[in-house]
Amino acid sequence: MRFAAQALVVRYPRSARAALERVTIEVPDGSLYAVLGPNGSGKSTLLKALLGVVPISAGAARVDGRDVSSWSRRELARAVGVVPQAEAIAFPLSVREMVAMGRYPWLGPLGAEREEDRDAIARALEHCDVADLADRDVMTLSGGELQRVRIARALAQQPRALVLDEPTASLDIRHEMTILELLRASADQGITVLVVTHGLDLAARFADHMLLLGRGEVAAEGPPAAVLRSGVIEAVYRWPVAVAPDPATGTPRVTPLRGGATS
Amino acid sequence: MSRVGLGASLLAALAIAVVLGIRFGSVDLTSREVLTALAGGGPEWQRQIVVELRLPRMLLGALVGGGLALAGATFQALLRNPLAEPYILGISGGASVGAVLVLALGLAGAASWVLPLAALAGALLAIVLVFRVATASGRSLDVRVLLLAGVVVAAFFSACVAFILSVSEARTVQGAVLWIMGSLAGAGWKSVAVAAAYTLPTAALLFTLARPLNLMAIGEETAHYLGADVEKVKRGALALAALLTAAGVAVAGVIGFVGLVVPHTIRLLIGSDHRALLPLSFLGGATFLVLSDIAAQLVLAPTQVPVGVITAFVGVPLFLVLLRRSLIP
Repeated sequence: MRFAAQALVVRYPRSARAALERVTIEVPDGSLYAVLGPNGSGKSTLLKALLGVVPISAGAARVDGRDVSSWSRRELARAVGVVPQAEAIAFPLSVREMVAMGRYPWLGPLGAEREEDRDAIARALEHCDVADLADRDVMTLSGGELQRVRIARALAQQPRALVLDEPTASLDIRHEMTILELLRASADQGITVLVVTHGLDLAARFADHMLLLGRGEVAAEGPPAAVLRSGVIEAVYRWPVAVAPDPATGTPRVTPLRGGATS
Repeated sequence: MSRVGLGASLLAALAIAVVLGIRFGSVDLTSREVLTALAGGGPEWQRQIVVELRLPRMLLGALVGGGLALAGATFQALLRNPLAEPYILGISGGASVGAVLVLALGLAGAASWVLPLAALAGALLAIVLVFRVATASGRSLDVRVLLLAGVVVAAFFSACVAFILSVSEARTVQGAVLWIMGSLAGAGWKSVAVAAAYTLPTAALLFTLARPLNLMAIGEETAHYLGADVEKVKRGALALAALLTAAGVAVAGVIGFVGLVVPHTIRLLIGSDHRALLPLSFLGGATFLVLSDIAAQLVLAPTQVPVGVITAFVGVPLFLVLLRRSLIP
C-alpha cells in the first residue's frame, strides 16, 4: 500500500499560515515511514490529509495511486488501520470488545461475527501480546498496554497499512521499544507503516524513510542518515544539536546542546 | 450476569409487573373480580376498570418507559456521557410545548397522529437549541455546558407551557396539567395504539445502529477511521431518539429520569455493548415505568401521584451521584 502527496496544500480557516505548504512525498509499499518535526509543524495534518479527513486546499493526496477522496470510508477502513493520537473512551469496554471493533469495516452495522473475524481478533491480540488482557476493562490498562490494544484493534482490520500518530508519546523505554518492534515486524510482513513521532534517534533505528517537516514544508526526506544532519535539524527545531553515529547501533544520534534559544 | 439471563429476567419481571398492575389499583377489586372482568363477565363498572383502564395503562407504561430508556441510552452513546437523558437535556420539555400548543389550538381532535408529530417538532427544536448552545465555542462538546444548556432550555419550554396554559380555556388547562408532571392516568386503547405505532418501529430501527454507536463510544474520529458514517449515524440516531421521546411525551407527558436510571443499571450488569444495552434498556425501561406507575397509584391510594414524581424520586439521587463522580478527575 502506497501513500503519496503531491504539492499538497492544507489551509485551515481563519489561519494566516498554511498548515501544509506544497508537500510532495511518496511512502513506498511495505516501508516504515517516520514523520518528524517540531510541534505544530503539520505532522498530524499530513496524516489526516492522506486519510482524507481534512479538506485539501490544493494539490493531491493519493492512496495506492487513487485520489483519497475517491475511496469510500469502508473501503479505506479495510485497507488502512489508524491509531489516532488520543481517544477518550466514554464507557467501560473490555480489551476484546475494543479489538473486535476493528472488524467493523468487514461486518457493517448488522453482520454477526464469523469464524474469520474471531480468527483475526485472536491473531491481533496475540500479535500485540495482549491476549491475556482480553477480559480486562480498557480503562484500567497502563498507557503502554492501552497503546498495544489500540494497535491490535488496527491490526484486526487486516489492513495493508498502519497509520499512527505519536504511538509512543509518554511511554517508558520498555513500552516504547515494544511498540516500535511491533511496528517494525508489521512492516517486515509487508504492511506499510506511517508513523508520526518525536523520537529522532529511535526513528533513525527503525524507519526505512524519514520525513522532516518544518512549518508545514518538507525540510528533508530520505533514509535516516540523509535526513538527520545537524544543519537541517538546527534550522527546523531552532536549537543547536550535534549528530554522531550511536556507538551501540551505528545509526545517527541527535544530541541537543545546552545554551541554545539564541533566536 | 449473562445478557440472555438478564433479558429473560427482565421479560419475567415485566410480565409480573403488568399482572400486578392489572390486579392492584386505586379501586379495590379481588383477584376473582379481576379475572372475571378479563374474561368478559362481572359487573360493567368492573370490566371498565380492568379492561379499559388498567390493561391499557400498563401497556402504555411499558411502551413509554421502554422508549424513554432507549432514548436515554442513545443520547448517552452520542454524547459519550452517562448523564445525558431526554428530560435533563430539555428534549422532553420541547416535546411538551408542541403537544400543549396543539391541545390549546384545539387541533388534537383532528387526527391521532397530530399530537405526536407536534411533540416531535418540539423535541427536534429542543435538540437543535441545546446543541447550538453547547457547541458554540467551536470546541468539542463540554458536557457541563451541555447539561446547563439543557436545564435552561427546559426552563424556557416549561415557561412556554405555562404561558400557553394561562391563555387557554379552563378545559384545556385541566387536560394539559398532565404535561407538567407526566402521568399514565389518561391511558386508553387509543393512546396505546398511537404509542405502539411510533415506538416499536423506531426502537427496531435504533437497534440496527447498535454497532456504530459502540464505535462512537471510543470517539468520533476513531469511528470514522473504522468505516462508520459518523454524521449519518449521529443524525439518524438523534432523530430516532427524539421521536421516541416525542411519542412518550405525547401520550404520557413529561416523565423524567427513566432514560438515566435504566441504562445506567443495565450497563452496570452487562457492560456497554449497545447490541445488548439497547434492547435490554427498552425492556428495563418498560418494567421500571410499569412498577413506578403501580407505586404512583398505591402510595397515597385512593389519591394518585403523577408517575413522574416517582421516577424523579428514584432518578435525582442517582443523577447527583453520577454528576459528582463525573466531576472527579
